[in-house]
Amino acid sequence: MIYIFMFIAAVFVNNIVLSQFLGICPFLGVSKKINTATGMSGAVAFVLTLATIITWIVYTYLLQPYHLEYLQTVSFILVIASLVQLVEIVLKKISPALYQSLGVFLPLISTNCCILGVAILVIQKHYNLLESVVFAFSTAIGFGLALILFAGIREQLSLLKVPKGMQGMPVALLSAGLLALAFMGFSGIVKL
Amino acid sequence: MKKLGIILNGLVNENPTFVLMLGMCPTLATTTSAINGLGMGAATMFVLICSNLVISLLKNLIPDNVRIPSFIVVIATFVTLLEMIMKAYVPALYESLGLFIPLIVVNCIVLGRAESFASKNGPFDSMLDGLGIGLGFTFALTLLGMVRELLGAGTFFGMTVFPDRYGALIFVLAPGAFITLAYLLAIINKIRKVS
Repeated sequence: MIYIFMFIAAVFVNNIVLSQFLGICPFLGVSKKINTATGMSGAVAFVLTLATIITWIVYTYLLQPYHLEYLQTVSFILVIASLVQLVEIVLKKISPALYQSLGVFLPLISTNCCILGVAILVIQKHYNLLESVVFAFSTAIGFGLALILFAGIREQLSLLKVPKGMQGMPVALLSAGLLALAFMGFSGIVKL
Repeated sequence: MKKLGIILNGLVNENPTFVLMLGMCPTLATTTSAINGLGMGAATMFVLICSNLVISLLKNLIPDNVRIPSFIVVIATFVTLLEMIMKAYVPALYESLGLFIPLIVVNCIVLGRAESFASKNGPFDSMLDGLGIGLGFTFALTLLGMVRELLGAGTFFGMTVFPDRYGALIFVLAPGAFITLAYLLAIINKIRKVS
């Protein structure tokens, strides 16, 4: 039951993009078309879950026993960067079809702050491995939901006549603000 | 004169927030008040100057194909240093910025300047570039924090301007960040077009 609550909390209430401001760069960068947004969400869901598992193991079995907690940032970013490379190579070999659809987004992911952010959050909240996996996966779903919704809005937005000064980024940010406002309506439905 | 140009370039022409639109996560997340914005800007500036200096000193020693990972390690080292310094000397600010201090590592501005400036220029120029970009980032964050704090809580750097019951709390919350930045950006686009 607690896992269901965690899922709802991470997807709707504490949405990673709209209320925690992690992963804003891909949120603004690859949200012009629904297709690319879907691809990006898939890639993030895959890497985020995998990266969280590995960084959790590194922290619990490598850093903690030797009191090297201060190396957290350095080791996590290295793990994530090499993991992304590895996933890219493996995916290219095993499943060319999946690589075709996710491949272009993979290099962008290593500098996506929501991966490192979630890895650190999981440690800060003292989750166990299963909780971490659930948290990482539902966060990724939340990211995908926000990204795809926003891409849909932007596709419609490109058909509108927008005042000159607001064209491009300002009007996109404004609609992201309204989307965040809508997501605030979910606050309070789950108490953890 | 050329040295001054490097600093001004970061502050105005290539302002990381208003022109390049880089590093949006800390920009939106930590600007709930002017002081937080200033703190985040200063923290990023410290990392920018140090990493730019070290990377430009090491640029001839690093093989080209492991360039990016080496840059990330240099940046992560300075971020860890910064984390320790802030925890020791400004614990209150460290608490309120929280997660976003370690996340300076993945701030695209820092890696972007390492790649596009420090790996091509001398140590002194790279430091100046770090200073300029850092100042530009700090200026943008402080401005955004100032507007949000004034509209949301009715204070200016913590001093009361009007009672907070007239403030619109929404500007301090998440949607306000997007909306304030949208209008600031529109105003700045307008000014840039005129001049």
